[in-house]
Amino acid sequence: MRTSRRATLTLRILALAYVVGLLAVPILVILYRTLEPGLGTYIDSIRTPAAIAALNLSLLIVAIVVPLNVVFGVVTALALARWRVPGRGLVQAIVDLPFAVSPIVVGVSLIMLWGTSGWFGGLEGSTGVKVIFGLPGMVIATIFVTLPFVVREVEPVLHEIGTEQEQAAATLGASHWQTFWRITLPAIRWGLTYGVVLTVARALGEFGAVIMVSSGFPGVSQTLTLLVHSRYIDDHNTYGAYAAATLLMGLAAATLLLMTVLDRKKGSR
Amino acid sequence: MITVSSARKNYGDFLALDDVELEIPSGSLTALLGPSGSGKSTLLRAIAGLETLDAGVVCIAGVDVSREPPQRRGIGFVFQHYAAFRHMTVRDNVAFGLTIRRRPKAEVRRKVDELLEIVGLDGLQHRYPAQLSGGQRQRMALARALAVDPQVLLLDEPFGALDATVRADLRQWLRRLHDEVHVTTVLVTHDQQEALDVADRIAVLNKGRIEQVGDPVSLYERPANDFVMSFLGSVARLAGHLVRPHDIVLDRDLAVVQRDDARAPSSPGVVSAAIERVVRLGFEVRVELRANTGERFAAQITRAEADRQRFVAGETVHARATRPLDATDTDPSLAI
Ligand SMILES: Nc1ncnc2c1ncn2[C@@H]1O[C@H](COP(=O)(O)OP(=O)(O)OP(=O)(O)O)[C@@H](O)[C@H]1O
Ligand SMILES: [Mg+2]
Repeated sequence: MRTSRRATLTLRILALAYVVGLLAVPILVILYRTLEPGLGTYIDSIRTPAAIAALNLSLLIVAIVVPLNVVFGVVTALALARWRVPGRGLVQAIVDLPFAVSPIVVGVSLIMLWGTSGWFGGLEGSTGVKVIFGLPGMVIATIFVTLPFVVREVEPVLHEIGTEQEQAAATLGASHWQTFWRITLPAIRWGLTYGVVLTVARALGEFGAVIMVSSGFPGVSQTLTLLVHSRYIDDHNTYGAYAAATLLMGLAAATLLLMTVLDRKKGSR
Repeated sequence: MITVSSARKNYGDFLALDDVELEIPSGSLTALLGPSGSGKSTLLRAIAGLETLDAGVVCIAGVDVSREPPQRRGIGFVFQHYAAFRHMTVRDNVAFGLTIRRRPKAEVRRKVDELLEIVGLDGLQHRYPAQLSGGQRQRMALARALAVDPQVLLLDEPFGALDATVRADLRQWLRRLHDEVHVTTVLVTHDQQEALDVADRIAVLNKGRIEQVGDPVSLYERPANDFVMSFLGSVARLAGHLVRPHDIVLDRDLAVVQRDDARAPSSPGVVSAAIERVVRLGFEVRVELRANTGERFAAQITRAEADRQRFVAGETVHARATRPLDATDTDPSLAI
């Protein structure tokens, strides 16, 4: 059976309309609205103390979450793909849990665990570390929702490259550690990069879980995403919300670009 | 020298190695030959330490290495699918073992250049494995394994993924390399042609057991049992005796067929048979026959012989086995 030219054309137009309508138009509208009053207005809007604090907080959370997730993700992926761990199925299910659970549920359960009247609530009284409504709570919430990305990107790559290269390295005298750094890590580089990009994007953009465990004070405990929300809903500052959203998108795009460039450099060495 | 004793390996309740005893002399090129699933790779990987035995001992150069990891066994291993480090150039691949050992840069460079020349890859050192042909990749893998000066070189069907011509070339090349380098080499193959061609010793495996060990000629001419006999080449049954197809004389003249008796005194009787088909296979000719007892068999004769006699399908000729192979009258000292 062959599709006629007309059918092919219709399909293409439909697909294009879908992408443009659902992805490109909203992004372009925000970009347009942000830059319409001029670049100066935009810069002023993202240089308010609240905006700078929000940017710093978002970057701090990313800086804590990404290394933790990279280590956890690579170790878990190795365990799932290489070692015969008992209860593999259970681990797989746990890793996928954040995909299945709504972020807001994550927030609620964290409050139940770490809140002043929660199971681990005593921690705050004894050590003075404020988990809920503090930085630790936002970090834990972000870790939870971004947990699967690195594992899910790296594990299939490990399966695909197989174990022969690692065995060859062993017969040539390489220790497990040397084999990991010189053989396994370069081989999973692309998957890892992609996992990191997804983690950064999600960590920057996470809303539901973080809003539950943040006290939400502007300039103190607002991430950039929370700032977009509060500017729009609480302050009715539509333009400010657009401006902050553009900054967020810029950060995500910069991450993607940076990782690609870094990988190019390493690859062409 | 490699010694394997009482080696046993189970996968679940499947017995992959069944009390294997094997001695591989220093400097030899030994082939582990057997059908698919007979345990050749398992045995080779156990020697390398890539597989742990359930019971048994592996000694390399007199040292019990059964508990040592592959890193400390002084081996070089070549995999069927090359196991090239895909993100490294040919040079870095070959240099890997030396880099790991933190050898001085100049020494590494010299050694790698030397090896690349031996395996005929000089000029390609800056390529990545993806830019090499299969044969070139395998030669790179060989150079990589040889770079660390292994005591033994273990090859698991190294030419299995290559086409027939390249395979034949590479095994000649391997043979010459072995004659130069003299490293004790174990080659796994399921191709009896390959084993007969390159090895100076062959160990035949079947269902996790060693059936026979010996030099190619004695295995071919004095197989210890029916399995070794039929695995090392085709056999024909003629007047109740097993014989290689090229050890059958065919002639229209009964006297000619009988005359050879002095050369093969123990030879069994003459059979008359009808020719069913004559197939020319390059320099050899296969004649398919049906004996008057109803038994079918094939004889292989030279092209010169075929041209002289001009056999045609349908005629009746006399046949006799000149060197019957029967397992019963082989030298029992060869059997294991
Ligand atoms: N990891 C494993 N788990 C279970 N069974 C295995 C495993 N590895 C090998 N086997 C079984 O052990 C037997 C011997 O395997 P092995 O790989 O040694 O065969 P082989 O002689 O190398 O065959 P081939 O010529 O096909 O490579 C086979 O029947 C195989 O199914
Ligand atoms: Mg095998």
